[in-house]
Amino acid sequence: MTRTVGPEANQTPPEVADAPAVALHSGTSDLRGLFSRNLRQSGIYVAFLAIVVLFAILTSGTSLSPGNITNIVLQYSYVLVLAIGMVIVIIAGHIDLSVGSVVALTGAVSAVLVIRHGAPWWVGVLAAIAVGLAVGAWHGFWVAYVGIPAFIVTLAGMLLFRGLTLQVLDNVSLSPFPSEYGKVASGFLNGLIGGNGYDAFTLLIGVIAVAGYAVSGFRTRVARIRYKQPVESFPLFVARVVAVGLVVMAFAWQLAHARGLPIVLIILGVLVIAYGTITKRSVFGRQVYAIGGNLSAATLSGVKVRVVNFWIFVNMGFLSAVAGIIYSSRSNGAQPGAGNSFELDAIAAAFIGGAAVTGGVGTVVGAMVGGLLVAVMSNGMQLMGVDQSIQSVVKGLVLLLAVAFDVYNKRRGGNR
Amino acid sequence: MDENILEMRSITKTFPGVKALSDVSLAVRRGDVHAICGENGAGKSTLMKVLSGVYPAGSYDGEIVFDGQVCRFSGIRDSEHAGIAIIHQELALVPFLSIAENIFLGNERRGRAGLIDWNKANAEAAELLASVGLAENPLTPVGQLGVGKQQLVEIAKALSKDVKLLILDEPTAALNDTDSAHLLSLLRRLQQRGITSIMISHKLNEITAIADHTTVIRDGQTVETLDMSQPGVDQDRIIRGMVGRDLESYYPERESHPGEEVLRVEDWTVKHPSQDRLVVDHASFTVRAGEVVGIAGLMGAGRTELAMSIFGRSYGRDISGRIFMHGREVKARTVSEAIDRGIAYATEDRKKYGLNLIEDIRRNVSAAALGKLSRRGWVNGNEETRVAEDSRRDMNIKAPSVSSIVGKLSGGNQQKVVLSKWLFTDPEVLILDEPTRGIDVGAKYEIYTIINKLVAAGKAVVVISSELPELLGICDRIYTLSAGRITGELPVREATQESLMVLMTKEKELAA
Repeated sequence: MTRTVGPEANQTPPEVADAPAVALHSGTSDLRGLFSRNLRQSGIYVAFLAIVVLFAILTSGTSLSPGNITNIVLQYSYVLVLAIGMVIVIIAGHIDLSVGSVVALTGAVSAVLVIRHGAPWWVGVLAAIAVGLAVGAWHGFWVAYVGIPAFIVTLAGMLLFRGLTLQVLDNVSLSPFPSEYGKVASGFLNGLIGGNGYDAFTLLIGVIAVAGYAVSGFRTRVARIRYKQPVESFPLFVARVVAVGLVVMAFAWQLAHARGLPIVLIILGVLVIAYGTITKRSVFGRQVYAIGGNLSAATLSGVKVRVVNFWIFVNMGFLSAVAGIIYSSRSNGAQPGAGNSFELDAIAAAFIGGAAVTGGVGTVVGAMVGGLLVAVMSNGMQLMGVDQSIQSVVKGLVLLLAVAFDVYNKRRGGNR
Repeated sequence: MDENILEMRSITKTFPGVKALSDVSLAVRRGDVHAICGENGAGKSTLMKVLSGVYPAGSYDGEIVFDGQVCRFSGIRDSEHAGIAIIHQELALVPFLSIAENIFLGNERRGRAGLIDWNKANAEAAELLASVGLAENPLTPVGQLGVGKQQLVEIAKALSKDVKLLILDEPTAALNDTDSAHLLSLLRRLQQRGITSIMISHKLNEITAIADHTTVIRDGQTVETLDMSQPGVDQDRIIRGMVGRDLESYYPERESHPGEEVLRVEDWTVKHPSQDRLVVDHASFTVRAGEVVGIAGLMGAGRTELAMSIFGRSYGRDISGRIFMHGREVKARTVSEAIDRGIAYATEDRKKYGLNLIEDIRRNVSAAALGKLSRRGWVNGNEETRVAEDSRRDMNIKAPSVSSIVGKLSGGNQQKVVLSKWLFTDPEVLILDEPTRGIDVGAKYEIYTIINKLVAAGKAVVVISSELPELLGICDRIYTLSAGRITGELPVREATQESLMVLMTKEKELAA
């Protein structure tokens, strides 16, 4: 007797409960399904839109004026840069409390070289980035290879690098930077191809951006169809491109009628596209999500957890340096107290943008929208002359509600 | 006084979809050491949880009479109050607190003004420690003690509550021989003091050495209660009781054509990550192409530890031994190296170690072999979806689409996702750890069919299972593991549940 064969052994395997019929290759997927599937993501867009409209009404349109939109971009760009790195850190299940101090330190190193020692502006920029990478490697070493929780490592880093900033600056502010350095954050590209009362170059870039969006969207669509995967119906696709195009062009139109295309917006745009692609499409990005989703499963699937964690923090250091350069450039100098509480703004942006406290969930675009939501809100309240204290209360409540919404959604999802 | 301190009558306990206990009765005589044995999953622990109130009255049918009174415990506090103490396999001590603090945790000795009188507590603790034969200072933090001594602290804790009935769940599973012997003699001493013990154990030599009566449970039912003083009641008699059932499940047929040797492991030895004992002890085995090899062992025998330590040293420390693939020695120091060498390991705990439950089927299937789907670090998402679609079809994963979140699938379908993930790494050897745990009969049949397809395609498969009929039904050859040592190797046609159980319970001193 080698095999025990039951009476049913020669029949077909026990028949499976009929799987729900799937309209997988039907070529279209309905709008509502798309919407409810991405409720957490779309929720944040709807909230953002509501906030924009709300403050446009409350400030009788001032908040959407060319000058103010330019202002928002200049004023919050460094928080958005930080939020890109922070959302990746959070997806992997960590946190970074040190970024405010790192912003200060990188700006200070750059200022010392450029202002005190008269080095050219690009030396300052490179030095700041080198310092940022070194700080990131330091954090990565302790978190990934020694196994200290990131909360502790970066809390220590927050104190450590703030102290080093004071040392580097001898406890005094340094200013001003030469004008080339200042261009990074407050420079504009305009008048390159003329325009009468508006900047044609800005509009051209807007057109290129929309065209790029349409082409890449179309290519994705074609590839998905080739692999017989569901895509939105063609009219819906066109409608989406037109809607995005209108928003981008309206934005570009407003910028063109103010001071033109801010250089930091170009930097930010490049970073968002690059990191959006990395998190979504690269092996590294996948491994970040895998680690945050289930660390043990990721380890047992061959993910080199330590290496990935190390580079996550190196990257955060790099982006902190970029933010440090932008901030020092914008404030035209380095101050011992620069970047104070930036880490909290960046963390708030990531969570409002749908990142999960437990890790494994979040997107770069979500964090950008989360950051912009806070930016538009703060800016609107400033325009209305709302007291600083109330602003803080409102921001706190928005963060709390956003995460409560996330938790609520998850609980409901779990009960289904 | 009644002769029986405890009578559990017609206990029936149902979980959604499973009848864990069906009309189980148990009578324990006052002052006895009463052993309960049965295969993994037979219902022993469930029965003890019913008794101790972990499953409150009302959640089961039947009646419990303890010390002459009908009891309806609504929680573990009620049963403790009545004088029942349970000591679990996983010890429930706080490692940073002292022995005395642990003993009186939740039962603190209050002095004046409601404050704890530590002098009194420590003095009492010292007495209790003496009564269990543990020569330690009551102020020593529990974390500094070995497992054996911690177990004694647990017993001291139970004694501090005036226990009448002590339940020990696999008390010696994690102990070395000396500590086990010490524990058993302690049970004898407690017996002389009038304390009744119930001991759940797999170790039949211990049961025959110490128990007055033994109740055998099988498939959620009481089979028999043996009086250990009767002639002819020995280990073999107990084993017959434990496995003597007809095979009601069924297995797809397969013709077996084993080919060349694919994997050979020699002298594999692994130490426990934090304790000073060998979990795997000079284990050697081979697997051939087109062959299903089973590893049988009771809980704590080191089955999972053996598999995980081979799979890129995911478990244990001080690992020694050699791994050969196709006769050539290979190194597999990390999981990714093991995967590259063609080894795959599907875990026994798919939710904890196998799947990213918040992600969809697609991303779980690709997780272990993203390199195959990417060029220069960029993942081809469409190719990934195609692979996942293929798996969904081939494995018959029941889900609306490959974007379904894995956490919402049934156990059987989750297991198919795990298998898909490992098949996509294109392994030569698949180690499947409890591949059918917690899934229904239909899905089990499908998993067996998949295993058969794999070996037909020339893969080598190792199956670790607690269910002996399963191993006998699907394997070509079975190794038995006991206390980290390979105690036997049987071709399936020579193996029976009884012969396997004898080898699985073979202890070190008998093994020589």
